[in-house]
Amino acid sequence: MNLTLFLLFPLATAIAILLASGLKQIRVIALIGSLLQLALGGKLLMAYYEQRAAGNQSQMLFEYVQKWYGPLNLQYHIGVDGISIAMILLTAFVVVAGILVSWETEHLSKEFFFLLVLLSLGAYGFFISLDVFTMFFFLEVAVIPKFLLIGIWGSGKKEYSAMKLALMLMGGSALILVGMLGIYFSSKTAAGAHSFDLLELAKMNIPLARQMLFFPFAFIGFGIFTAIFPFHTWVPDGHASAPTAASMFLAGISMKLGGYGCLRVATYLMPDAAQAYAWVIILLATIAIIYGAFATMMQTDLKYINAYSSISHCGFVLLGIGMLTQTSINGAVMQMVSHGLMTALFFAAIGMVYSRTHTRMVAQLGGLLKIMPFISTVFVIAGLCSLGLPGFSGFAAEMTVFMGSWQNPDKWYRLATILACASIVVTAVYILRAAGKSIMGPLGSESYQNLTDAKWYEKSAAILLIAGILVVGMAPFWLINLIQPGTEFIMNKLAMVAPGI
Amino acid sequence: MLNEYFFVLKAEWMLIAIIFLLLFLKVGTSDWKNETLLYGINILLLVNLLVGFFSNLEGGLFSGMFHNDALLILEKNMLNLGVYLVSLIAYPWLKKHEHVLEFYILLLTTLLGMFFMISSGNLLLFYLGLEMSTIPLAAIANFDLDKRKSSEAAMKMIISSAFSSALLLFGVSLIYGTTGSLVFTEITPLLNGSALQLLAFILLLAGFSFKMSVVPFHLWTADVYEGAPVAVTAYLSVISKSAILFIFLQVLYVVFKPMSSEWYFMLFFLSLLTILLGNLFAMRQSNLKRFLAFSSIAQVGFILLGLSAGSKTGMASVIYFLLIYLFSNLAAFGVIGLVSATTGKESIDDFKGFYKTNPFLSWILAIALFSLAGVPPTAGFFGKFFLIMAGAEKGNYVWVIFAALNMIISFYYYLKVVKAIFMDPNDQPIEKISVPALPKLAFVICLSGMVLTGLLSWIYEYIHTLSNF
Repeated sequence: MNLTLFLLFPLATAIAILLASGLKQIRVIALIGSLLQLALGGKLLMAYYEQRAAGNQSQMLFEYVQKWYGPLNLQYHIGVDGISIAMILLTAFVVVAGILVSWETEHLSKEFFFLLVLLSLGAYGFFISLDVFTMFFFLEVAVIPKFLLIGIWGSGKKEYSAMKLALMLMGGSALILVGMLGIYFSSKTAAGAHSFDLLELAKMNIPLARQMLFFPFAFIGFGIFTAIFPFHTWVPDGHASAPTAASMFLAGISMKLGGYGCLRVATYLMPDAAQAYAWVIILLATIAIIYGAFATMMQTDLKYINAYSSISHCGFVLLGIGMLTQTSINGAVMQMVSHGLMTALFFAAIGMVYSRTHTRMVAQLGGLLKIMPFISTVFVIAGLCSLGLPGFSGFAAEMTVFMGSWQNPDKWYRLATILACASIVVTAVYILRAAGKSIMGPLGSESYQNLTDAKWYEKSAAILLIAGILVVGMAPFWLINLIQPGTEFIMNKLAMVAPGI
Repeated sequence: MLNEYFFVLKAEWMLIAIIFLLLFLKVGTSDWKNETLLYGINILLLVNLLVGFFSNLEGGLFSGMFHNDALLILEKNMLNLGVYLVSLIAYPWLKKHEHVLEFYILLLTTLLGMFFMISSGNLLLFYLGLEMSTIPLAAIANFDLDKRKSSEAAMKMIISSAFSSALLLFGVSLIYGTTGSLVFTEITPLLNGSALQLLAFILLLAGFSFKMSVVPFHLWTADVYEGAPVAVTAYLSVISKSAILFIFLQVLYVVFKPMSSEWYFMLFFLSLLTILLGNLFAMRQSNLKRFLAFSSIAQVGFILLGLSAGSKTGMASVIYFLLIYLFSNLAAFGVIGLVSATTGKESIDDFKGFYKTNPFLSWILAIALFSLAGVPPTAGFFGKFFLIMAGAEKGNYVWVIFAALNMIISFYYYLKVVKAIFMDPNDQPIEKISVPALPKLAFVICLSGMVLTGLLSWIYEYIHTLSNF
């Protein structure tokens, strides 16, 4: 299977959008493009199973290498394993849903859909890349669309939020840049050249001193994208100001770029340093989980509630990576998928409520269940998934993280696990409070009486995401089996670490 | 022999021919319409650019005083391309100007000077070329004849360049005093890093720093950039800076190679200062030309970082960056020049709401700014990345981290302009501007340059093979 199609499809869609005219044409093109992309993702999954069933044990499948910038030994090297496929599928789901919920974007619709597609292009490119340079390239491709999406179509203090988000993510990129150059100049291939190739780099051992120096740059750099404490401050403002689809993309896809990078680049290539710094990661992750949960309790704006809870949930991703056991890393990847679907659904529901009531304040809402039962149900499902109700993806993922974390025998790490577990109680409080207040009880305002329930496009977006959540929640082993071979290679690399570090 | 004189000096002969042609036109009595003249001149420049790619001959002339090789041919072609683009974007401004022919005569004379400067193998020819490229430039900085600021700019420029020339000349004389020669190839083996030679080098470096507007020798830049007509500012910030950097590369990498450990640290400190101060001042500017002036100062700081590598990759990354910088900066100046020529507005606040009325120009300006900031998929990303990568070669991570963090600051001020264009509301935005054909052509060239130069790796690879060091 040719993975470059994952870049060509969005590119073709983007160009078609530029050539089209009128919202009607544009949105249909965007939808068809994203559906094709989803189908392509499904085909990739099938092809992957076929290969594995045929006994193909190699780490990456469908690899393709093309020399790019020969004198510097940069390559366009692509390939996927189970982890990347999970991420690609997540991206495809969220993109379709995001385009569906923006169905009626009248203001500058051409630019809007173009930027959405460009953002997804960056994400796909990032997940298929096996070369740190191309990964970095695609990571940054996604920054500008975010800035413009928030700044132009956002609400509230959008310029401030857009600038804050762009600068903090750029700061993350700057740290990654230093980290990756450190890796590059510590590497030496058989031919004596330096390399950015992920698989080449995994074969060699970067000197310990170098790892200790550059791991923090790479990890925190990617960590900023996934809201590592204390660099999480872009998340609430960015998400709250963004238009619905952009919030969904930000939380559902963009924050996953960071987690994936932390795992694939920082931890995988510098395993010694990952072990040495594990306590720092776990400390920061635990703070993020607890702080995020408590901060959410104080919020009155639905989007802020979801944004702060994202900080808490992404803390689980980092916790899972920091614990460095196979189960916990599996859990981290599952949590990325689960959180991606769940927040996308949550933001979609909030967007639907907001477009009707024109308020996101919990205090001003109420009684929505009577007027818009579908939207309210979606809202509750997203909330329940967020608080980790069994049967939804959140439970499966967080459980796996906890189980994996407990396998790490260190008593401080276990304390961190217990604290992280306890945060779920707080999550339950704020979710139930927000959901209860806004959909139950008396109507928030008389004017809500005339509001309508979800339209077909909103329904399809929600159903798509809910289907994803249920599949992961009901059959988590399916997802674990998909990502397991990928994490095994990471574990093997970690197992080679010299003892005593 | 005659053949040699013709083909080795081909780029120079072409310019001389065009200059004389324009002179004859000037002396001749017939009155030409400005539009016709401009179209004609642009066709001539296009021919000049295209001829530059064919039948070039490498070699030395005048006993090594002048030499030409593949890299120099590439550099001259880059400069030719830049001048062609400047000429295209100058169209809306020159259309209403009375002295079109003089402008081009002076402009091409400076270009000729630059060609001699970068081709020189001798400090004398180098100095001659340098002066030839500076003095007419001061004259065209004064080309907005009815504006006081323009004259002020010219005055500042002539004084500061005279000062820097004096420094350079003092350096040259000390070099001559310690080595007894002015020929590049003879100087190099005699360099031993003695105190006097170090002083000579510092003086030379100061002279160069003036021309490249490296902090702390940058004070003239902002005023001159602001006062001069936009086309001249574009020329100053792109073409003359590139030319100076080309010869600076030769001087550092070839002539002063034995002193590389000394100049490494000088570049280090100059670069830190330049990046930081350039960025900090750029943040505070409200006039777009001043803004670009300071941002281009910061860019030079990044170039010094790549330059410090002292290797083939370092050289390639600098030339490659300059190519990208040429496209990006000229696109930005093109838009600003067009707006300034039609409405007279130059401040960032005036550009608020620009997207509503002028989407095409807005995108060009935004992409140019992204490219200058180094955001993919524009070529600027690759340019900056390779500069920093070259700088990291020597393992000086303090410098790399500093540069990486400063990229965030620069990102901030570039985004501020983007924000004004796309997001800020404005009751009276700049009205719809119709883009004449010639600037449009320039924008299309710049746009494809900004996109393709990065994605097509063979351009870098080609430059890398030529970087014969």
